[in-house]
Amino acid sequence: MDPKLATVAETITAPPPRRIWPAIRRFFAAPAALIGAIGLIVVLGAAIFAPLLSPQDPYDLMQLDIMDSRLPPGSESFAGVPYLLGTDGQGRDILSGIMYGLRTSLIVGIASAFAAALIGTTLGLMAAYLGGRIESFLMRLVDLQLSFPTILMALMVLAILGNGVTNVVLAIIIAEWATYARTARGTALVEREKEYIEAARCLRIPGYRVLLRHLLPNCLAPIIVIATMQVARAIGLEATLSFLGLGASVTQPSLGMLIANGYQYLLSGLYWISFFPGIALLITIVSINLVGDRLRDVLNPRNAR
Amino acid sequence: MTALLEVRDLITEFPGENNAGLRAVDEVSFQLARGEVLGLVGESGSGKSVTGFSIMGLVDWPGRIAGGQILFDGKDLAGADEETRRSLRGRRIAMVFQDPMMTLNPVLRIGTQITEALHAHTHISGTEARARARDALGLVGIPSPEERLDAYPHEFSGGMRQRVAIAIALLHQPDLIIADEPTTALDVTIQAQIISEFQKLTEQQGTAVIWITHDLAIVSGLADRIAVMYGGRIVESGGIQEVLEAPRHPYTRGLIRSVPSENSRGSRLAQIPGVTPSLARMPSGCAFRTRCNRSTEACATRPGQFGDALAYHRCFHPYEEALA
Amino acid sequence: MTTSLIRRLIQAGFVIFAMTLIVFLGVNVIGNPVDILINPDLNQAERLKVIESLGLDRPIWQQYLSFLHGLTQGDFGDSFVYSRPALDVILERLPATLELALCAMLIAIVIGLPLGLYAGLHPNRLSSRVIMTGSILGFSLPTFWVGLMFILLFAVQLGWLPSNGRGETAELFGARWSFLTTDGLLHLFLPALNLALFKTSLILRLTRAGVQEVVSQEYVKFARAKGLRENRIILVHILKNLMIPVVTIIGLEFGSLIAFSVVTESIFGWPGMGKLIIDSINLLDRPVIVAYLMMMVVLFVSLNFIIDLCYTLLDPRVRLDGKG
Repeated sequence: MDPKLATVAETITAPPPRRIWPAIRRFFAAPAALIGAIGLIVVLGAAIFAPLLSPQDPYDLMQLDIMDSRLPPGSESFAGVPYLLGTDGQGRDILSGIMYGLRTSLIVGIASAFAAALIGTTLGLMAAYLGGRIESFLMRLVDLQLSFPTILMALMVLAILGNGVTNVVLAIIIAEWATYARTARGTALVEREKEYIEAARCLRIPGYRVLLRHLLPNCLAPIIVIATMQVARAIGLEATLSFLGLGASVTQPSLGMLIANGYQYLLSGLYWISFFPGIALLITIVSINLVGDRLRDVLNPRNAR
Repeated sequence: MTALLEVRDLITEFPGENNAGLRAVDEVSFQLARGEVLGLVGESGSGKSVTGFSIMGLVDWPGRIAGGQILFDGKDLAGADEETRRSLRGRRIAMVFQDPMMTLNPVLRIGTQITEALHAHTHISGTEARARARDALGLVGIPSPEERLDAYPHEFSGGMRQRVAIAIALLHQPDLIIADEPTTALDVTIQAQIISEFQKLTEQQGTAVIWITHDLAIVSGLADRIAVMYGGRIVESGGIQEVLEAPRHPYTRGLIRSVPSENSRGSRLAQIPGVTPSLARMPSGCAFRTRCNRSTEACATRPGQFGDALAYHRCFHPYEEALA
Repeated sequence: MTTSLIRRLIQAGFVIFAMTLIVFLGVNVIGNPVDILINPDLNQAERLKVIESLGLDRPIWQQYLSFLHGLTQGDFGDSFVYSRPALDVILERLPATLELALCAMLIAIVIGLPLGLYAGLHPNRLSSRVIMTGSILGFSLPTFWVGLMFILLFAVQLGWLPSNGRGETAELFGARWSFLTTDGLLHLFLPALNLALFKTSLILRLTRAGVQEVVSQEYVKFARAKGLRENRIILVHILKNLMIPVVTIIGLEFGSLIAFSVVTESIFGWPGMGKLIIDSINLLDRPVIVAYLMMMVVLFVSLNFIIDLCYTLLDPRVRLDGKG
């Protein structure tokens, strides 16, 4: 087939691309979205620039002073530096711990959500495009997967593979891919019935090209929305698993691990060791959810005015 | 004899932009005697359904009755409290809806949906209610009514469901039934059946009917009087014979001309130019003036009612001659 | 009806079978059972003897068959930690978890359903907005952290409620339950509330969405047109339609409550199955892990099956033999 003709056919038949700027303006029209975006920027900034901003390197044992352990928020260190949010059992600055812990949490959350999105979307699109037995098999698998709660899937994976960060990421991917697959297939199915796909098929545009240029862009909006929310869910799940002692390594503790560390001090009233990492976790999750919520409203073509 | 229902300058508003109320029903007045059938005719969006729901007191939020009176048996319903209105609904004023597929609750048995309407207004036992429900189904021509009481709506066809809805409307032998295009969603053959049964039953019970429709043909065979609505107003009202033979308002005339008939065979059907403007874009003065070939500067002011309460039109330049 | 019932049963059986394969292969191929099952302190000869006695020298499919055989007998092998049959160890903990999950579900329904109903019926009230914002918080707050805060506030600071264990228990149907004693109830309160948090938000939002969809339906308007009282419309017409999605969710989520009780049990030292499985994973007590996973699989497959059945009871339009 003449590639020129194919391009012509695509430009004629494919729906026009969405405009970006009005969408962005509409995004910030809601105050909740603005709050979410600011929260997200603060969280990301704290994580990325942790080595520059944090008062202490919590992984560097040389910087820790056991004399400073279990200090309440605002107290001064042995050397005269204030610990804004107090210190934990090893004399680690809670604020620094949170900033570094955010890094682990965000990396795990984003990496696993991204990988799950990639795998799930690919399988979902394939199911929609290929149809037939492959489709029904994949969708059965999705149904089965979704009938089990995420935590159970994660437990199953960790029970078989053992503890550790990589296995946690793997567990989250296995627990979450099905959501993407279902969404991608759902949107692609609607799109598949439209005339331009038919036109593309009649012109014998190769399958992968139809998938990538026509089906994928149309599924992108809902996938992005889900992925955003799933980052939050993945961070929460990772924190939960870490809290249960199934997660991240002790050398680079995530927020969940920090909260778990404070658990033993909770009953003696040393609230800050658990409390502040929890607040950080909460801010992260709520910010992402607020942004995701607004993204859904803005990207949903039904809501576009 | 006083009228059963007298609607005076009824205004029903929906909030529009900048708090400006959009009048779906705009100073509508008509009256109805006992046992009389009024055809309320208009295109979709002309306000005829909202008029019906206003009388029922069932205007969807955020819409509200903003002015005028609805005198039913001498009492004003527009200002009545909710309990008064509820006790009238279904008992003295009933309504049949447009789409029978949507009006019955899918998860409740037919029998339940009939008996609950009985229990809402009378103190009767369960067995008695069931017996009356069975009779009601039999009355509207549903075969083996006893068994059908236990059926669910999805086991009924559209026509059967509309019969059920009519049976429910007739339960308390109301003084007035508002029929909101009850046959539009049905097959043509079923339409005729339902209309003739409806006519027969309301005549037997002496029920007054407001038959809301866009179909002049239905009204011409059914109604005693007619009111034509356009843009939320009644533009012409009068005896069915008089209006159909000698319509005064250009819109009524256009509407009648656009219906194919014996006389129009072979010639082109007339159509009204343009489309009905939306509520927010309704022209000032006469709402029809932008589509009217007789309009003059005078039409920029709002035409009043010319005529008496039973026969009037709202046009500065009415036709005087009968239709050819 | 019966054929599709049988078909679903076969499907359910197939899923369980597939899961046995996955769990078996996961444990025996991905992990090395020799390392896991055998005490590393044993010498080579002793090791071989144990391998033989456990049948680990046989081909994998034979091992799988004997695993399946054990499964049908409820025999998952002895727990390494407790040196008793793994299934017994788990079943002993079942009442504690069941009690916790049931209690949490009860709290979620009792709080979520009425609030969702209220927010759905009056979407524009300030109180509804407050409720909805609160439910977002319920979704976003990490359950385990909220649990810690509960302990901090109610147990440590205020000293009102205990934070660890089941408290006093009493016997009923051959199992020990906390909810039968005052002390037990006090112990049950915080964990149940913690576990209920997420589900409350879920049920609340689902109910509200359902209400908003149902109230705009024609059949609700028709019910009003019949003159039904508002209570009857809400409690019968709206609620019954709502029950379909809500019961589905309650059923589905009950399983997920049992799964999520892992977290709550760990925080509050609640001696149920969830705490057991976490301990077992950390102690590499494979027979218990396998038994727990298989139990969960059976639980979820059965739950889905039961929900399908409930569906047909609640929604007359859905029949198992239909395409639905």
